[in-house]
Amino acid sequence: MASLEELAQAVLDGDETQVVELTKSLLTSGVSPKDVIDKGLMAGIDKVGELFKNNEMFVPEVLLSAAALKAGMELVLKESQQGAEVTTKGTVVMGTVEGDLHDIGKNLVCMMLESNGFKVYDLGVDVKPDKFIEAVKQYQPDIVGMSALLTTTMVNMKTTIDALAAAGLRDKVKILVGGAPVNQKFADEIGADGYAPDAAAAVEVCRKCLAG
Amino acid sequence: MLIVGELINSSRKSIAQALEARDEAYLKDLAKKQAEAGAHIIDINCAIFMEKEPEVMEWLVGIIQEAVDVPLCIDTPNVAAMEVGLSRHKGRAMINSISAEKKRWEEMLPLVSKYKPMVIALCIDDAGMPNSVEDRLRVADKLIPGLVEAGISEEDIYLDPLIKPLGVSGTAAVEVLETTRALREKYPKVHVISGLSNVSHGLPVRKVLNRAFAVMCAEAGMDALIADPLDRHLMSLVFAAEALAGRDKHCLNYIKASRAGKVVAE
Repeated sequence: MASLEELAQAVLDGDETQVVELTKSLLTSGVSPKDVIDKGLMAGIDKVGELFKNNEMFVPEVLLSAAALKAGMELVLKESQQGAEVTTKGTVVMGTVEGDLHDIGKNLVCMMLESNGFKVYDLGVDVKPDKFIEAVKQYQPDIVGMSALLTTTMVNMKTTIDALAAAGLRDKVKILVGGAPVNQKFADEIGADGYAPDAAAAVEVCRKCLAG
Repeated sequence: MLIVGELINSSRKSIAQALEARDEAYLKDLAKKQAEAGAHIIDINCAIFMEKEPEVMEWLVGIIQEAVDVPLCIDTPNVAAMEVGLSRHKGRAMINSISAEKKRWEEMLPLVSKYKPMVIALCIDDAGMPNSVEDRLRVADKLIPGLVEAGISEEDIYLDPLIKPLGVSGTAAVEVLETTRALREKYPKVHVISGLSNVSHGLPVRKVLNRAFAVMCAEAGMDALIADPLDRHLMSLVFAAEALAGRDKHCLNYIKASRAGKVVAE
């Protein structure tokens, strides 16, 4: 019989086929969807996050693990009537700001947040302020996360915050920023509520935001 | 191969701190080291300072030009910072960058016309990041006539095909190589430049990928790199690759560089 440990390992290996098979097998044999997610899929992706942080795993591997995780999650939610059992810790709208096409970091943060129980709406890359505004209205998130990997586009984080303020939405959400050239000082200057230097820290900052 | 030394960039933490502290000695030293190692141009970027960027840029251009004789590459999308950088620069500067995005084009073009710098032009327009050789050529076909019309000769245009990380797209490097060949064919006088290290983002032992890619770029006809001139192996390979690609007559540059200790095997 398939085990949750094997499922976690399959996520770690980035083996999508294996993840789908094991997930099916576990659900069929009566393991609860919650356990499949928490002790299988998420246990695997947590390990991925840890290894990535320590430079023991690299971007292409992480992307494969993320794809495997996604396939497993979709299967659980589809095949289980108890998808609602998965509690949401909070809702996050996430995007790479206008002009910036680099989404590795943003994708990692989305993945880490999802694996930690947040509901994430990923708006993708090159997200214009209007699109952030629209998403905040539609999804009413607790948090808006923005990434920029270039010094040339980080300024658009401020533009987006200003646009949210102008639309009267600034006080309805917490705004967190991240990306290679971004630091705490910059986050303070542009009026963000928080900054995280890496994907693991982003989860902590999101938790703190909702607690406080 | 024209080398634009990339190290004075405010997205690097040590540089952000040095700029914050106005650490003149540190920044001058880094500029000198890059020029001594073979950088023909020194890139300067202080974009992290936002509203204060023009002020920091003015100071930075001043102190770096006190330290080195090579031209500077004013690296900013901020028009005010670009203007102050160009106006403060003695001699002819390079700018990084203009693109075919409507807003950036319209804002930067007057500065290009006024100062006539060497120009790095990104192969991107409002349709977004290019995904194919055709995308890049289409943008180049807009950029080159536009810049020539603004008074820039083709010899002073450096087209950047824009490298994506290999770790995300397996064909990222090949696309750039094919674009380089196509551009050199169509516009033999125009230069092709790349930010070399973008190719290795997210992968282990990045320098090895950067070095291998530099050799491949040289073969494809790229003739300028934004790179780390303090990587001696990279610089050695660039001299070797240029000779092997038939762009170093009688291998004289290679020999000269080896005499000067700039080509090393270990």
